[in-house]
Amino acid sequence: MAVQILIPTPLRVYTRGEKVVTVEAGTVGEALRALTERFPELRRHLFNEEGRLRSFVNLYLGDEDVRYLQGEETPISDGQTLSIVPSIAGGGRWSSGRWITRR
Amino acid sequence: MILRLRQAHQAQIRAHVERGYPAEACGIFLGREVDGVRIVERLRLVDNRWADPEEQTHRFLIPPEEVLAAEREAVAEGLEILGFFHSHPDHPARPSNFDREHAWPWYAYLIVSVENGRAIDWRVWELKEDRSAFVERTLEVVP
Repeated sequence: MAVQILIPTPLRVYTRGEKVVTVEAGTVGEALRALTERFPELRRHLFNEEGRLRSFVNLYLGDEDVRYLQGEETPISDGQTLSIVPSIAGGGRWSSGRWITRR
Repeated sequence: MILRLRQAHQAQIRAHVERGYPAEACGIFLGREVDGVRIVERLRLVDNRWADPEEQTHRFLIPPEEVLAAEREAVAEGLEILGFFHSHPDHPARPSNFDREHAWPWYAYLIVSVENGRAIDWRVWELKEDRSAFVERTLEVVP
């Protein structure tokens, strides 16, 4: 199956500027493997040391978060689009129940 | 990298972060990049979706479905996601370690310090490629 993978802007530096990468894959996991074989530098940004998808990296097949489908085993139909989507988190300093002043 | 905001955007952000106080407030910048200048064309104000409301005074979350919706809006209008803003209630406009651990390279991160309900300091940051630190960038506000 040909699947199009949408690359978010911060990761395009690792795909030689390509916004959309087309790979042949039958599942989400196969698509990720094909993508990171073609662009090995992407691997450390998508996966942690244990080889698991980083918690702030999300994969959407069409409109569905693959975590709520079958994860990396989710089958892909021809022509579907897989989007790599960041979630954005942060915030001020807080530790052990009290503020740490920084100044 | 320079982040260029219009005064009208700044006013929207100010209202959003002051209304959100003492919780953190956040949003998404859409626009275009021209010669290293990130020109904001449109803002998406986002509700802080950090799961525990009590922790929203020092944590924020923009969930992926919001980012995906913003990405689609951007593509439809020939724009892209340039970065994000969030507030630090009663705290300096500097990234925390938590900010750094969760940040992405390339994006512009605007942090607004809100003290006693008033937005008092605005600073733009970009994560270094090796994720070791943030570098302060320039905020430009134009009419």
